[in-house]
Amino acid sequence: MTTTEVKPEPKAAKPVEQLGDRIFAGSAKGAGILILVVLAGVAAFLLAESLPAITDSGSELPEGLTAYIAPLVFGTVVSAVIALVIATPLAVAVALFISHYAPRRLAQTLSYIVDLLAAVPSIVYGLWGIGVLAPATVGFLEWLNTYLGWIPLFAGPPSVTGRTMLVVGVVLAVMIMPIITAVAREVFLQAPKLHEEAALALGATRWEMIRLAVLPFGRSGIISGAMLGLGRALGETMAVAIVLSGTGVVTFNLISSENPLTIAGNIALQFPEASGLTVNILIASGLVLFVITLLVNMLARYIVERRRDFSGAN
Amino acid sequence: MGKSIDAKELNIYYSSFLAVEGVTMKIQPKTVTALIGPSGCGKSTFLRSINRMHENIPGARVEGRLELDGQDLYGPGVDPVGVRRQIGMVFQRPNPFPTMSIYDNVIAGMRLNNRKAGKTSFDDTVERSLRGANLWEEVKDRLEKPGSGLSGGQQQRLCIARAIAVQPDVLLMDEPCSALDPISTLAIEDLINELKNEYTIVIVTHNMQQAARVSDFTGFFNIEGTGKPGKLVEMDETKTIFSQPRQKATEDYVSGRFG
Ligand SMILES: Nc1ncnc2c1ncn2[C@@H]1O[C@H](COP(=O)(O)OP(=O)(O)OP(=O)(O)O)[C@@H](O)[C@H]1O
Ligand SMILES: [Mg+2]
Repeated sequence: MTTTEVKPEPKAAKPVEQLGDRIFAGSAKGAGILILVVLAGVAAFLLAESLPAITDSGSELPEGLTAYIAPLVFGTVVSAVIALVIATPLAVAVALFISHYAPRRLAQTLSYIVDLLAAVPSIVYGLWGIGVLAPATVGFLEWLNTYLGWIPLFAGPPSVTGRTMLVVGVVLAVMIMPIITAVAREVFLQAPKLHEEAALALGATRWEMIRLAVLPFGRSGIISGAMLGLGRALGETMAVAIVLSGTGVVTFNLISSENPLTIAGNIALQFPEASGLTVNILIASGLVLFVITLLVNMLARYIVERRRDFSGAN
Repeated sequence: MGKSIDAKELNIYYSSFLAVEGVTMKIQPKTVTALIGPSGCGKSTFLRSINRMHENIPGARVEGRLELDGQDLYGPGVDPVGVRRQIGMVFQRPNPFPTMSIYDNVIAGMRLNNRKAGKTSFDDTVERSLRGANLWEEVKDRLEKPGSGLSGGQQQRLCIARAIAVQPDVLLMDEPCSALDPISTLAIEDLINELKNEYTIVIVTHNMQQAARVSDFTGFFNIEGTGKPGKLVEMDETKTIFSQPRQKATEDYVSGRFG
């Protein structure tokens, strides 16, 4: 066997790429990398700035960092969960009404209003919460306590100002409902006619058709919308800071004036006066919020991925 | 099972547009009737008015009388949902529910009708329907897999299985083979031949050979021009339509000398 010079594979094996394709692929890749870099930068900053608080041995917080952050984490999660539990079913119902029940004119008007609501700044919701909702709920909180007081959630004593966890949850729910509605509506509108007709032809009522063909298709959209809303609720500062005056307790009692604050609300309230190690402590709590948000998003991804086979994407 | 259909002077509208005019047609129980005609002449529109799918389009409506074994399908107080449970439909493009397994697809209609039926009765229905659709042998080992993972022809037979699982009286098919290869097409034509022992079948097709192969009766629809309503030109036994139709237009169409 004589060794001949190995000829390089002809370049033609690689598909010819147009300039436009290359520019687009390059900029898409660039944008993707940029996002990762920003994310890593934020994480690095949070870590570096919280190190002094983590290594500190009780000069600022005698009972320790964990004992300081735990109630905040608790408050953050509880308020966001209340918001999500209230907002998601309502948002899905409104989205379905817009996409499959309302006559076209009404649907358009409603759509427009929902989009408008999604753009209202959160401070407005906060002001509405403290100015209107909180005072209006005082009687209701008493009623809850009297008749449902045996449920730990409503153990009381009911707040006389209405500035409670429950009210914050409702304010956050109202705040995130439009965004969940908007996302869900868009997905529902794209539910394939093909499958809707398949359901109707089997003798499905409109609601059964929605259950067979629209909701399964819209599942990932509902989850994405809910996660967007949850992200907003977890990170909400002003609406929470205005309504709640936290007392740093961990309690499932949603209607008393003894409340934990949320991480974001607490940072908003404390940061202006903070200096030295206190700043690091607040940033450490911010790091925890960052991690919570990441975990929530990963969970959502996991839920969406798990039934990918059945998503109709294949 | 297997009921007759009787249309009398049916006018079918999309809002103010009269798409199909004056169709009077008798369809015998347990026969296969093919509807043929040029594109846009209203075959699908007529077919979809039989199971009241037509009225799901905003502004769409139907005038005239349509009877299923003498029962007026458009009578006052008749629930279209009930009509569709008696009259199954198979569409041009296979449309199994993508989020459901093969098994769940087959019993989807049954779940709607009778949600308390036990597991064994579901199992029986799944096997009976898939056997009925000549699909059982191919999928019996993967009933839990998504229906959208099947080939186009298999998906279409899955849709037929889903339609016959609820044991309808009539089966409507709108160009069920137009997205399929010749082998799958043949499989479905064989299936139609078996199904007519139990069901009344109405099939829309653009394929003359197919109409000749599968149907007992053939109805020819035609349209005079764009914007004009489609009409039933003539309906007769398939062999008559293809050998000595009464109308010149029919003869031109089936012999391929059309316009
Ligand atoms: N959703 C609709 N809205 C308004 N007009 C429609 C609609 N669907 C169909 N039409 C009109 O009704 C007429 C009949 O259409 P139809 O789909 O019944 O024809 P077809 O015979 O099934 O044609 P093809 O062989 O191409 O499927 C056509 O003029 C068509 O433009
Ligand atoms: Mg058609």
